[in-house]
Amino acid sequence: MLRVNGIDVFYGDLQSLRSVSFEVQSKEVISMVGSNGAGKSTTLMTLSGILKLKGGEIFFENHPIHVCSSSQIVEMGIVQVPEGRQLFPSLTVIENLEMGARFPKAKKRKKETMEWVYNLFPRLEERKRQLAGTLSGGEQQMLAIGRGLMACPTLLMLDEPSLGLSPILVKTIFDIIKEINGQGTTILLVEQNVFHSLSLSHRGYVLENGSIAMSGTGQDLLKNQHIRQSYLGL
Amino acid sequence: MDLSYVLQLTISGFLMGGVYSLIALGLSLIFGVMKVINFAHGAMLVWGMYFSYTILKVTGLDPFFSFFVSAAGLFVMGYVIQRTVVNRIMPFHEAMQVIAMVGTMMVLENLAQLIWGPDPQSPQTKYSLSTLWLGKVMIDLPRLFAFLIAILIAALVFVFLKYTDLGKSIRASADNRTGALLVGTDVNKVYAVCFGVGAACVGAAGSLLVPLIPISPHTGFPFKLTSFCIVILGGMGSLPGAMIGGLIIGVAESLGTIFIPSSLKQVISFSIMILILLLRPQGLFGGKG
Repeated sequence: MLRVNGIDVFYGDLQSLRSVSFEVQSKEVISMVGSNGAGKSTTLMTLSGILKLKGGEIFFENHPIHVCSSSQIVEMGIVQVPEGRQLFPSLTVIENLEMGARFPKAKKRKKETMEWVYNLFPRLEERKRQLAGTLSGGEQQMLAIGRGLMACPTLLMLDEPSLGLSPILVKTIFDIIKEINGQGTTILLVEQNVFHSLSLSHRGYVLENGSIAMSGTGQDLLKNQHIRQSYLGL
Repeated sequence: MDLSYVLQLTISGFLMGGVYSLIALGLSLIFGVMKVINFAHGAMLVWGMYFSYTILKVTGLDPFFSFFVSAAGLFVMGYVIQRTVVNRIMPFHEAMQVIAMVGTMMVLENLAQLIWGPDPQSPQTKYSLSTLWLGKVMIDLPRLFAFLIAILIAALVFVFLKYTDLGKSIRASADNRTGALLVGTDVNKVYAVCFGVGAACVGAAGSLLVPLIPISPHTGFPFKLTSFCIVILGGMGSLPGAMIGGLIIGVAESLGTIFIPSSLKQVISFSIMILILLLRPQGLFGGKG
């Protein structure tokens, strides 16, 4: 479904991704783990078309998407739930959700998607007329995921969805990610919470200093000595 | 001092304030979304005036009916200016943006001078001098019409921003550019529409001023300064602030003529601006920072 072929991405003169390649198959949950600055968010921003690559190619369902604009990429069904949520604080919860459904395909199903989102996150329905800026951190994360779902994505990319949340909420969020995947949406999950995300994933990639250091099934990676030492502290 | 004189000045200032509000609304919208200060705002006002003036001369159609032509013309002008000039300068420091915006102003002003000539024009309309008496207070009809239409247009802008998809996209892009890009907004198009709407406000305001003041290529300058004061008073980028600020400045300028000659009326708006910067620098309706 998604094929990333040796991409190089720079911030100015600084190379942040070096020949990164990976694949996501339809209906999979893939996680990409790694420490701060390893290039995880950069990878997602490149997939979303916000950052432009210097080398390599990205194919989505056999279309080259590295030449597309960010709005074309969303229209094709690749949607990102970004780190730091990037909500619209002066818009209400409903308006934030509506902003997620911008293209005809998503607009047509707006009502039912919104109901589904309210089902996943009843808190959002309680607060639907509130300004997004007044929500708590956890509620904002729910809204960010909800806004992503409103676009009816075929590939949903989540950047650090557990960041800054309480352990209970972290569990809720991961459960919901599993549920979203169960409904047929492919998930690309970027996380520092290595244990949770690898346990949930079919396969995983480990990003170190801008290149893929390791890959394998979620369970294999969890058993790997290097991962246990460097990321899990075992 | 006669009380009815004070009332008279208050009302006429309030009515003028409605037009100020519309001008400031355009300026504040552009600043609020793009974070660019539109130094060409006064020149755009003048273009709005000349559009209606020309229509009046050629077809006899009154400015109070042709304002939407000016608004449409200025929308296109604003859209093009955003696409060609403002989009390129948005990433840069404000001080650098000023140069391009002042350049745009000069081009527009001098083009107006080239087309319509440097002499002030005061077209006569049927009701230029008609008035309405409420007891001892006289209401200038052209001002009343200008006020009503200005408020109507402002209300339409609020409805547009609040309820339409495009309006929501404008607010979203102003809130969080990255977020807007990630949900698939064509942010550059949204910015161009937003600049167009801001320009349309000032263009319509220009039409409404045609029966009230003489038109020349440089008429816009004092209005631009006044609208800067209003935007600072109301809060940079705050649209309700621009509306209320416009009315306050209108009334204050008008009442100020009790104490100082009306040619010095800008002393009032600048004093208010200095006061607000000292006491509440974020403006009446501005958020923090």
